[in-house]
Amino acid sequence: MYEKTLTQLVAALKSGEFSSRELTAHYLQRIEKADGKLNSFISVTAEQALKQAEIADNERVAGNARPLAGIPLALKDIFCTLGVKTSCGSKMLDNFIAPYNATVVEKLNAAGTISLGKTNMDEFAMGSSTENSYYGPVKNPWDLTAVPGGSSGGSAAAVAAGLVPAAMGTDTGGSIRQPAAFCGITGLKPTYGRVSRFGIIAYASSLDQAGPMARSAEDCAHLLGVIAGYDGRDSTSVARGVPDYVEGLNAPLSGLKIGLPKEYFGDGLDPEVEKAVREAVKVYQSLGATVREVSLPHTHYAIPAYYVIAPAEASSNLSRYDGVRFGHRCDNPSDLIDLYTRSRAEGFGEEVKRRILIGTHTLSEGFFDAYYTKAQQVRRLIRQDFLDAFEDVDVLMGPASPTPAFDLGAKKDPVSMYLQDIYTIAVNLAGIPGISVPAGFVGSRPVGLQILGTHFAEAQLLNVAHQFQQATDWHLQRPAFAEEYA
Amino acid sequence: MALEESHVRRAAHLARLAVSDDQASGFVDDLSQILDMVDQLQSLDTEGVMPLAHPLDATQRLRADEVTETNQRDTFQRCAPAVENGLYLVPRVVE
Repeated sequence: MYEKTLTQLVAALKSGEFSSRELTAHYLQRIEKADGKLNSFISVTAEQALKQAEIADNERVAGNARPLAGIPLALKDIFCTLGVKTSCGSKMLDNFIAPYNATVVEKLNAAGTISLGKTNMDEFAMGSSTENSYYGPVKNPWDLTAVPGGSSGGSAAAVAAGLVPAAMGTDTGGSIRQPAAFCGITGLKPTYGRVSRFGIIAYASSLDQAGPMARSAEDCAHLLGVIAGYDGRDSTSVARGVPDYVEGLNAPLSGLKIGLPKEYFGDGLDPEVEKAVREAVKVYQSLGATVREVSLPHTHYAIPAYYVIAPAEASSNLSRYDGVRFGHRCDNPSDLIDLYTRSRAEGFGEEVKRRILIGTHTLSEGFFDAYYTKAQQVRRLIRQDFLDAFEDVDVLMGPASPTPAFDLGAKKDPVSMYLQDIYTIAVNLAGIPGISVPAGFVGSRPVGLQILGTHFAEAQLLNVAHQFQQATDWHLQRPAFAEEYA
Repeated sequence: MALEESHVRRAAHLARLAVSDDQASGFVDDLSQILDMVDQLQSLDTEGVMPLAHPLDATQRLRADEVTETNQRDTFQRCAPAVENGLYLVPRVVE
């Protein structure tokens, strides 16, 4: 069963090939056998999942099954889930049982999907390798000595290993697309405001966006249709109709104009990754697309601007962890200040502290204009680069990451880790959507092709990705690790 | 803009984060590296460019000033470290 895509599972449940209970038990068993080696889950909610599966099966018998009834999924542990531990990968929230559901969770529940559990992640989504988790690092199922990428590394590894057909991630600077690339799956970051942020633990609120991670663009289309849409409880949610993403998948690509940003093919790009990406572009040409070089001249400034804006927003968002209302509290505080400072020092990991300190410093008196205002000005220039490019072309293509997955422990200093996100981070600053699709391998490690579109072009991105997946089978490759637990 | 230990101390104080002397010097190194990278921004001329706070340039949506939420104090206090009679307990602030 685990070999099937989500789309195939929907059909199999509908035709009665197997029940949701059988399917759910199958995945739970795979998690139990294999996840000791991957560490992709923080919590597994087996009992609840089996109960929900029974409800879905009963609906099926009664003839009123919802479209995704009985499909198992996993949620990054950043989505608040009523009655379930929601840790965000942090000791700070190790004892936090969420008292409400994120809107994404509500929508998935309403569509009939079943959560198998909560996936591992970099603490508070700060990282590019899932090595910053309080619960230990996640391994890449293609090569257990490699990282799965991050911060949604648990979701990516679990899908790649066939422990779940699809999972939800979040992406603030590449945290869906880069782990999708590293693990050989398909991951979509929607336009800022497309999916509600309500109940998603905040990192950098002007950049955070949730999206699906699955085996194919078609799978992602099914899931995005469920989770997208206006939500009054998220003040930045956009009131705009949700198209039928599945219906649009089969539009032909003849005449599609593809732009290749020259800055995405420069120094630092692994030649083997470049080769795979250029091969993928050739496939598009054979499908009738035209290709031209374009320029995003401010690309080089995206990482510096991000490391002002994201930590600034994080330092404000994370001030809520005060040891008073929820989360970790230190023992025997001597006074209120001791309660705050020690609870926070004990509850947060190193990378989170670095970003809180950077953000606090750059927002403080005497530094605000030089850093924060400057970064926001650069942010506008970066967005304008994309808007200018989309005057001439329909989509942009390039690598999702300059290298394939790197070894666990390889990036020791913070800045070398930050530079990994060179091709993904500007997308969040501009608020546009992006998708990573499998496009080959370097040795045993997958390569991701990143496709970018203008604001609210998700239907087009899914169409463009799906047509590639009709012409190639990179997305159907499975790691040997997945077969070991067949 | 070179970062000094006093800057780290000030940020740690403002952020209510306990930082030991050993940790402070480590943070000076790490944060200096990050700020060196960030300082590339200074080479770009941004004269007259409007800062961008929201990627869609949207402004804050307003709603009618009506009560829409129900009181869920008991539910929300269930995840608090220490409560008594519906109040959060903290060390004594006023003698």
